[in-house]
This record gives sequence, C-alpha cells and structure tokens, in this order.
Amino acid sequence: MAVLPFADNSTFNFFFMKKQDIPQDPSALNNVTKEVTYAVDESGNYTTGLSTGWSVKAEALDVAWQDIEKRVADARKKVEAGEASPLLFFMETKLMDLTIVASYTGFWKWQVKRHLKPGVFNNLSDRKLQKYAELFEVSVNQLKHPFA
Amino acid sequence: MTVDFKHTQTAHCENGVTVGLLRHYGMNQITEPLAFGIGSGLFYIYLGIVKVNNAPLISFRTMPGNIFKRTCQSLGIPVVRKKFASRESAARALDERLAAGHPAACQVGVYYLTYFPKEYRFHFNAHNLIITGKEGDTYQISDPVMDSLHTLTSYELERVRFAKGPLAPRGQIYYPGAFGSVSDEQIKKAIVSGIRRNIRDMLHIPGFFAGVSGIRYTGKKIKTWKSKLGDEKSRSYLAQLVRMQEEIGTGGGGFRFIYGAFLQQSHAYHPVDELPEIAGLFTKAGDRWRDAAVQAAGIYKGRLSSQADYDVMGDMLIEIAGLEKEAFTRLKKTVPLLK
Repeated sequence: MAVLPFADNSTFNFFFMKKQDIPQDPSALNNVTKEVTYAVDESGNYTTGLSTGWSVKAEALDVAWQDIEKRVADARKKVEAGEASPLLFFMETKLMDLTIVASYTGFWKWQVKRHLKPGVFNNLSDRKLQKYAELFEVSVNQLKHPFA
Repeated sequence: MTVDFKHTQTAHCENGVTVGLLRHYGMNQITEPLAFGIGSGLFYIYLGIVKVNNAPLISFRTMPGNIFKRTCQSLGIPVVRKKFASRESAARALDERLAAGHPAACQVGVYYLTYFPKEYRFHFNAHNLIITGKEGDTYQISDPVMDSLHTLTSYELERVRFAKGPLAPRGQIYYPGAFGSVSDEQIKKAIVSGIRRNIRDMLHIPGFFAGVSGIRYTGKKIKTWKSKLGDEKSRSYLAQLVRMQEEIGTGGGGFRFIYGAFLQQSHAYHPVDELPEIAGLFTKAGDRWRDAAVQAAGIYKGRLSSQADYDVMGDMLIEIAGLEKEAFTRLKKTVPLLK
C-alpha cells in the first residue's frame, strides 16, 4: 500500500482493493449502518467487508451540503431584498427545483416560476398558498413571513 | 403479519432486493455480483444538459429497475411490477400481498425516508427496499444497504412510495412471479447474455457521452472546467462525480469492484482462465477510479487548484477509459469460449 504525503501533511492511502485496506473513516453513516464494500483477499479473491466511510467521499458530501447552504443563504438575501418571493427560500431549504415543486403541488412549472415573483406571490389565493405551505411543512403565515 | 424473511445486506439496493427476493423463493445460488453482472449493471453516462442537484447527471450503473428485470428474465423468472394511480389501492395491494405471506419490493424516494441519515436525504427516487411485514400501523422494512431491519409507519411508507419528481415511483411494488428451481445450466446461459449486453452498453452504445467513450469525454471536459466554469462550480461538479462513483451503493470504485467479483464468480460456471484475468483488469479500473477520486478531493478541498491539477484529473479518466476498453474488448473475445 502506497502512502503519499500531501502538502498539508495529510496522507491518502492508495490501492484500497485489499480487504485490510478498506477505509474506516468517520462519516454521516456512523451510528446508522456500515456499508458493504468489495475488496480482494491475500490470494486475489473477491470478498466483501464493512466500511464506516471514506474521507474522500465524506468531503464530497460536505461540498454538496456547503453548496446547499450557500444557495439557501443567497435565496434568503434575494427574498429579503424583495427580488424573489419566499417560495425561493423554501424551495432551496427543501432542496427542490421547479420540476419537483411542480410535481408535488400539481402546479405547472411556469406557474411556480411566476409565483417566485414577489408581486405575483403576494396576490396568491389562500388555497394556492395552502398547497405550498403543506409541501414546505409550515403554516401559511410562516410561508408569507419566513424570517419573522 | 410478518413474513419469515432473511435480511441480506448488500452494497447496492437493487442488487440487494434481487438477491433477497430470489433467495427467499429458493434460489440459493444467487449472489450480489451475479445479480449485478447478469443484469448487466455496469455502465457509464455523463449528461451535461441534465442537472441533478445543480451538477451534471453522472451514473456508473444502468437505469433503475433494469437489474431486477434483466436478472429475472435471463433466469426464466417472471417479473411482476405494479404501479398505482391511488394511494389507497397501492396500500391495499401491498397489504394483501403481506397477508398472503409474501414479501414485496418497493421503489421509493429517499428524501422523506426517515431512517436514512439527514445528510443522505436528497430527492432521489430510485431507492429500493423490501417490505417484510406489518404489525398494526407499522411496516417492517428490509433495506439492503442497511445492516439491520427498520420500520416505517403507513404514512411514512406512503410518502416515500409516492415521492414526486424525476423517476417518481408511483407506488410501485414488484416481486418475482412463481418459479421452480433454477439450474446451473440456466445460470451459465444468463451469465453469457449478461456479459454480452454489458459489452454492447460499454463499447457499442451510440453517442460520445455514454459507455467507454463517455468516460473519455468526461476526462476531456474536466480539463476545460477550470477556465470555463471557474473553481467554485468545478469543485461542485467534481464532488458530484465522486459521490456518484463512491457513495453507498456502489461497493467502491464506481461498481467496478462488484463487476470484477462477478467475473470471478462466473469462473465457477465457465472454467475459462480469461475470466479471472479480466476480473483483474476491472479491479485495476476500480483502483484507478479511486485514485481519480483522491485527485478530485485534492481539488474540491482546495489543496490543488492549478490547470495542471485539472489536466492530471482529466488524464486519469482518459486512462481509465482505455483500461475499460481493453477489459471489455478482451471480454468480447472471450464470450465465444463460454459454452
């Protein structure tokens, strides 16, 4: 097993395919489950082993969540600045895009897009607001005033 | 009503459902690698125009549903799959099946799947699990990627069965129809058809974005990311690539290790020396994928950021494309020897 040092003194273990080299790093799966990974034993035969996680992919998942946090923060700014309706903030919070919101609410995509405009959103009927409130698991009042 | 069902943990959910259900009905020879290989599970596709979580759609495996369908069909086992318009009929069909003493597999979305850790709950609708019983309002769940059994209330189960968005499961349940014993001769034939179909998918699929040429294409694309997309977006895209390649379900190395295991296990049915040798090539490909993931991590962690680092990353994928092309070409030459 080759171990290459990097500039920040961390090390990465290459050639994981050997069973004893299955990574056992902390991950979001800890306390939930270990995952099955495939590796070869001393004689080159495939076998399975359990892994707690691998730092390389844990960091990839971190990147995905940092992106989501950033999108939520950006959405919040836009809503507060009156550039978008609160819908945008809730969409980003629930990791949804137009397609997903449309399919859950039964609106068309172009309708959801329109509802992202504060002027249009503010004139929505209670029935329509209720649909969004249910999807985002908030009250209609919270939907209208997300940062109150 | 709880079915006497042996929970089997596997790397991938659809392989696991296939193995769990076929074993339940008496096919003891089935293993995760055999299910994956007979179902021609190995694949690669890069679709830049389709965005998943704001990054390109990348997949290392075939379309959801294919593995179960192909594996069963190749083994002469009928497949029953039902989708439902209403939540009530979906619940009723499942309850009736459980009451008759049979387990059923469901396709579900993971966003509302309560026993999954929050970090893994994206709007991904092609997760698979087996329902093995119902007591009162609670269903017992054998989820193949988890090490133990879980439960969902009827509301929680309905919610994940009727998740919306791309690949919406529409409440579907599926299971093998009645079948007798599966002979080793049938398995031998199924292995050959699985390999043939996988060769076609990886070597001869039209277009530049799928199969072996898709890997090469991705490698070339990555080299342009820094200048075209900037560091921040490239970082997100690379993280997406690594997640699709290594996340829970892949068995590591973008399913390449499972495929290597499949070729090794095939050797027991087809004693042809090329098979374990080619298995070694897939192990090597899986290792190279993991090396590439380490390189990608260097970039998304901010340790590496020069154009040269992106070039190295791109070249790694181009090298992998060559490796997999060699592996499948050798496999193609070997297929006529498999009697």
